[in-house]
Amino acid sequence: MDSVYSVNKTNKRLKSKNKLKSDGVVFNIVNNLIMIILCIIMLYPMLNTLAISFNDGLDTVRGGIYLWPRMFTLHNYRVVLHMDTIYNAFIISVVKTIVIVVTNLFFTSMLAYALSRKEYIFRKPITTIFVLTMYFNAGLIPNYMLIKNLGMINTFAVYWIPNIISAFNLIVIRTYIKTIPESLIESARMDGAREFRIFIQIVMPLIVPTLATIALFVAVGSWNSWFDTFLYNSGKQELSTLQYELQKLLASAMQAGQRTPAGGTGANAAAAAGASNTSTPQAVRAAITIVTAVPILLVYPFLQRYFITGLAIGSVKE
Amino acid sequence: MATNIQALPGKKKGFWSIVASQRELILMSVPLMLYKILFSYVPIVGWTMAFQNYKPAIRSIWKQKWVGFDNFVKLFTGVNGARFIRDIVNTMGQSILTLVLGYIFAIVLALLMNEMKNGPFKRIVQNISYMPHFLSWIIVCGLVSTMLAVPSSGGIVNDILMRLHLIKEPIMFLAEPKYFWGIVAGSNLWKELGWNTIIYLAAMTAIDPSLYEAAVMDGASRWQKMWYITLPGIKSTIVVLLIMSTGQILEAGFEIQYFLGNGLVVDKSETIDIFVLTYGMRLGNYSLATVAGIFKSVVSITLVSLANFISGKLGEEKLI
Repeated sequence: MDSVYSVNKTNKRLKSKNKLKSDGVVFNIVNNLIMIILCIIMLYPMLNTLAISFNDGLDTVRGGIYLWPRMFTLHNYRVVLHMDTIYNAFIISVVKTIVIVVTNLFFTSMLAYALSRKEYIFRKPITTIFVLTMYFNAGLIPNYMLIKNLGMINTFAVYWIPNIISAFNLIVIRTYIKTIPESLIESARMDGAREFRIFIQIVMPLIVPTLATIALFVAVGSWNSWFDTFLYNSGKQELSTLQYELQKLLASAMQAGQRTPAGGTGANAAAAAGASNTSTPQAVRAAITIVTAVPILLVYPFLQRYFITGLAIGSVKE
Repeated sequence: MATNIQALPGKKKGFWSIVASQRELILMSVPLMLYKILFSYVPIVGWTMAFQNYKPAIRSIWKQKWVGFDNFVKLFTGVNGARFIRDIVNTMGQSILTLVLGYIFAIVLALLMNEMKNGPFKRIVQNISYMPHFLSWIIVCGLVSTMLAVPSSGGIVNDILMRLHLIKEPIMFLAEPKYFWGIVAGSNLWKELGWNTIIYLAAMTAIDPSLYEAAVMDGASRWQKMWYITLPGIKSTIVVLLIMSTGQILEAGFEIQYFLGNGLVVDKSETIDIFVLTYGMRLGNYSLATVAGIFKSVVSITLVSLANFISGKLGEEKLI
């Protein structure tokens, strides 16, 4: 808003601007202080985890690790990378995310294109069928029964097939496609292009900014999900995901925590970690947390521009 | 209904000839519609389990014993009833606390961020505040349990409270029922606070700058500008979001209660979703779990319709 004040500097305004400045200095200092505290609160838990993941496991048990490792080691990461289950889960998580992003974006935008055509005879009923699903859900048990009856329990298919279209993203993309000038599509049709080719060659390139936003949301959702693995694929270790492996570690830590409130400590814990006597479940968990979080934390700052405009489009209804 | 514009000039163009001329659009959409019907509407057939004494051993859903509304009665009476009603209270308590805190803090933070000078510092602060939104609930639950642990296990909260001499002994946050709702609301606040400011900040950029100019001319202070211009400027956004969130009142999340809830705090932690999971997947009582699910769906749809109606009455945009 500062630029606003610099327009038309009349005397009167200069005076009020000076008055504003003095009352603004204290405000700015306090405000910036609040923001710094906010950043510390937001960052500390992850930085603490990062420090623990690089600290010697047994040393961590002594307490007092805040932002910096006391006894630096890469051992915890070495342990994690040598756990076959984690390595495999990482691959499954990556493949699953890529498959979901590609199929979801393709099918959702294809449908959005069809439903953006005003002349399309089934436009209304199909839109209604999709929009309604945003407001109700058959529930956990009926959904589970369906997946079971389709024979998709313990298969990779259960990760992506139920997720190829989301109603909300459909509305967002359709809203965006409607802003494309009709003349562009019309002229392509004159040249003899069929609908599918118009969608691929003309519409797709024009909606890339929206697709980038939605790709980010879908990717984050897929990468972070664990319930599908837990519910449908927990019986098959080869299909386990990173989040689910982390969840299992966390669950066992919580149970241990209930018995001994101080958390897994000492020899027991080290023995449980297996590979070495300087790594504890706490340290391994910290390392896996970092491995799980880093891919997304590396990507999102670069997409900030996109998701903010994307949210703005999403908030515009129909 | 959308009458076909292209069809009008010819007048006589029948339904089937339109279908034929739009076969590509149909090919692009109808299979996906059938897919959606299979995955979102067909499972509703499973609601018949609510009226049966469902035994998984009997394969066919139609050969089960029909019991009418017995399961609905069972859900609200006796031992199950006491448990389910407790879970409704917990669900609503947690979600309302989360919503109220989330709203107030997000609006205040957005107001403060809006007062910052545009520059790298503001961008960094915003980016950091969005960060927790991208972490999974599994990670967040792990962080929360560490932060709330005893100081020797890295519990920074107890550490700070003890150094400030506010407490003498560390508090076992996760073992005391009275803290649980607060922990749910606090975790949600940490995770979504920055993210929730985005929509308000976007609404603030739409406020006409000449309003601020005029206020400055009249000698308005910073607080007065925030109170009389910025806040009224985002009022409709606040109202719409508030109304929309009524449909979320039975959605208290799942992961925190599932991971951080334990035997000691179950009276305050168990929610409807956990009830459904426990009865359905663990105890194998599909019928009761389905009834609980139906209850949740029906209440949610009712609330959304109500919110939509109120929104229309208030002259705001209809949401559906």
